[in-house]
Amino acid sequence: MSEPADLVVVGAGPAGMAAAATALAGGVRVVLLDSQAALGGQYWRHPPEHARALVATDDLHHGLRRYRALCQALAAHRTTGRLDLRLGHHAWSVVREDDGFAVHAVDRREAPRETALVLRAPRLLVATGAYDRQLPFPGWDVPGVLTVGGLQALLKGGGVAAGSRVALGGTGPFLLPVAAGLAARGVEVVAVCEAAHPRAWLRHPGPLLRNPGKWAEGAGYAAALLRHRVPVRPRTAIVAAAGGARVTSVRIASLAPDGSPRPGTERRVEVDAVGVGWGFAPQLDLLVPLGCALTDSADGNAVVAVDGGQRTTVPGVYAAGETCGVGGAALAVNEGRLAARSILADLGAGPLPVNGRPAAPRSAVTRQRAFARAMALAHPLPPAWPSWLTDETVVCRCEEVSAGAIRTARAEGAHDHRQVKQLTRAGMGWCQGRMCGPAVHCLTARGRAYEPAERLVATPVTLGALADLDETPPAPPAPPVPPVPPASTADGETDKECP
Amino acid sequence: MTLKVVVVGAGVVGAACAFHAASAGLDVTVTDRGPVGAGTTSRGEGNVLLSDKEPGPELDLARLSRTLWDEVGGELGPDTFELEAKGGLVVASGPEGLAALQEFAARQEAAGVRAERVDRVRDLEPHLAPGLPGGVHYPQDAQVQPVLAAAALLRAAVRHGARFRQGEVAGAVTGRDGRVTGVRTAAGEVLPADAVVNAAGTWGGEVGRRLGAPVEVLPRRGFVLVTEPLPPMVRHKVYSADYVAGVASSDAGLETSCVVEGTRGGTILIGASRERVGFDTTMNTAVVTRLAAQACRLFPFLRGVHLMRAYRGFRPYCPDHLPVVGPDPRVPGVVHACGHEGAGIGLAPATGALVTAHLLGRPWRGADPAAHTGLLPDRFLTPGGAPQ
Repeated sequence: MSEPADLVVVGAGPAGMAAAATALAGGVRVVLLDSQAALGGQYWRHPPEHARALVATDDLHHGLRRYRALCQALAAHRTTGRLDLRLGHHAWSVVREDDGFAVHAVDRREAPRETALVLRAPRLLVATGAYDRQLPFPGWDVPGVLTVGGLQALLKGGGVAAGSRVALGGTGPFLLPVAAGLAARGVEVVAVCEAAHPRAWLRHPGPLLRNPGKWAEGAGYAAALLRHRVPVRPRTAIVAAAGGARVTSVRIASLAPDGSPRPGTERRVEVDAVGVGWGFAPQLDLLVPLGCALTDSADGNAVVAVDGGQRTTVPGVYAAGETCGVGGAALAVNEGRLAARSILADLGAGPLPVNGRPAAPRSAVTRQRAFARAMALAHPLPPAWPSWLTDETVVCRCEEVSAGAIRTARAEGAHDHRQVKQLTRAGMGWCQGRMCGPAVHCLTARGRAYEPAERLVATPVTLGALADLDETPPAPPAPPVPPVPPASTADGETDKECP
Repeated sequence: MTLKVVVVGAGVVGAACAFHAASAGLDVTVTDRGPVGAGTTSRGEGNVLLSDKEPGPELDLARLSRTLWDEVGGELGPDTFELEAKGGLVVASGPEGLAALQEFAARQEAAGVRAERVDRVRDLEPHLAPGLPGGVHYPQDAQVQPVLAAAALLRAAVRHGARFRQGEVAGAVTGRDGRVTGVRTAAGEVLPADAVVNAAGTWGGEVGRRLGAPVEVLPRRGFVLVTEPLPPMVRHKVYSADYVAGVASSDAGLETSCVVEGTRGGTILIGASRERVGFDTTMNTAVVTRLAAQACRLFPFLRGVHLMRAYRGFRPYCPDHLPVVGPDPRVPGVVHACGHEGAGIGLAPATGALVTAHLLGRPWRGADPAAHTGLLPDRFLTPGGAPQ
């Protein structure tokens, strides 16, 4: 791209794609980067381009028409040169500079070779999504115990089913599409253990009634599960897993209202893979060091605080999607559009030459956020989950720190996960507390929202790549234009609300 | 009657002051607005160094401190805070640097530091880059895990009767003679005190001001890089000879001089940058890439090793780059113990012993106030008591 960009978008999932498409439609120049090899993020994860014809995944997706329309819109802007699309690029740091932001990234398209480079623009949109929130339990580190998001990524990204007899556990509506997807691939889903009580939804009927699309989506999964005879067991949890080189069984227990296992209800179920997910934790690594204020969300996570136009508290920085609170792809798309509209307005660009009322995304965002909040309140972490842990249960897997060691640190006065880290090394390893952070937080400071530790390095990067950046000032070549994604629909991207 | 002492600051220096004062039988209360070791203590590499210090008041304190770290290790168990006498290796990058380094080492030896000339540095560190002309090995250099050390010292102090109170200091309460009688907290509480120890590290200037005894303590930002865990590859604290120049420098701009070392956890730490930017916490990627480049030049294998995280902190320094340890003549009862710059971990036990000696009015554990007059706050004051 010869001319400087007006906007860098980090993350090409639903929020980032929609934001980039809307901003491009408004006439600005955009750099869109994502660590994956294909557009779509986790929600619209696809096999790599060269394998797509061989691995059918369309039936696993929801809202594919929208995905393809966004892909088409972005492809058109690449042709005009106004979109600089950088797939396979990981952002490891973002810093403010005099006239905007510098996104420090590594190009990993030819991994393991990495090339560090810097992408600059006066505006920054962070749409880095979220990842599975995990709660430890005895045996969660046995091979074959995965996150539900991991199971889904294997299915969508490679058509791979992680096992033939699978138990799913945790809480939240995300368990259902994963169960349905596995069942559709011939996997025997022996149980879906949902910790929440279905009646919890009835406490918040308003948002449910105002989001019929969500209701219909849920009903669709329920029908699929019924068809495949997948048992969904409310008020239960996977409280232990066992196995050697590979998981062979799980223990499932009914839960008392506080989330503790009801005595005498435990039963052993043979499996060869397990998927667990307790909602999601937003990926805030780029936003926290910039100084963006955080706020509490209903699911126990701190999320980035944004105004009605998706502006963070740092001028020039916008956020959309799960970083602002977990709420699903439809909300993410609308937040992305809303953010792009704010960016266009703040850049002084003219009115958007697209159809649709300006207020449409904002009202959709409000409605869908209310739904997300109701969803979070209906699927809380069971307060008594720590009762599943023995003192020997490993909580931080990277540094092999046990629940007992964390309890000792707490008894010695450590009152948050940062302090526990200093005293026990929990969260100091390879994943930097991304896995164990929420759990350590719950074990030491329950009642407050989980704020992740500040991570100045958002993804590991080789010292050699950084050293080269020091020695040769940046002049990154524009990546070659990859083939345009298949256009199976003639729909252009419009401002219609998501189904 | 037992002397009542309030130690302000639960970093490694405050914890060491509490440990020694409580061991000496004084009535000790430690207060900090945060938990133990949450400030600059948690932001360093855990250096216990003699190698980087030129002969003078700081080296005198460092030599005592090195002995006291071994004593603390003997008393509390060296593994409780990962005390490791790994030794330092300072390498020169060219013949001129080597000559300067050897001259520096000779002066240190004359002051009692063990320093050994090394012609083939790869005999000590096989993964160093080829072609380095030589260096100096300092077998006394050591490392501790600073937060664990602060926590262990504070726990030991509590065993000797000390108390820990979380809270922020608002000011000193003084009697009619101007002597301290207590410390007022931001919550409005008064902690009775015959003496107050200002061990607030980088915030020592502000705490001194609140106590009516201001000292100039300024922040100097530093970044440390942490790699992925590896099998042991770097045995010593290895640094380039230009670090010695950087420590003593007053330049405002960015300086980096690379220090590379392994840790018990398998990670490799790469320091250390020095910037005078106030308390600005923002990431400086230029520092990170510069440190990476310097580390890769020393140890080429690091090119393929991942940077896993980076952290930064604020070293507290006084205008003359010496710590300020001793009673403040303006407010009887106030004793300063701050401004240790990048050497606070290493100097902590001796600082604690020296503060205790000042409080007792007699030497304590080898710390004789008469031998460390160069660290007194008087050096910043005119005879009338006003700042110079």
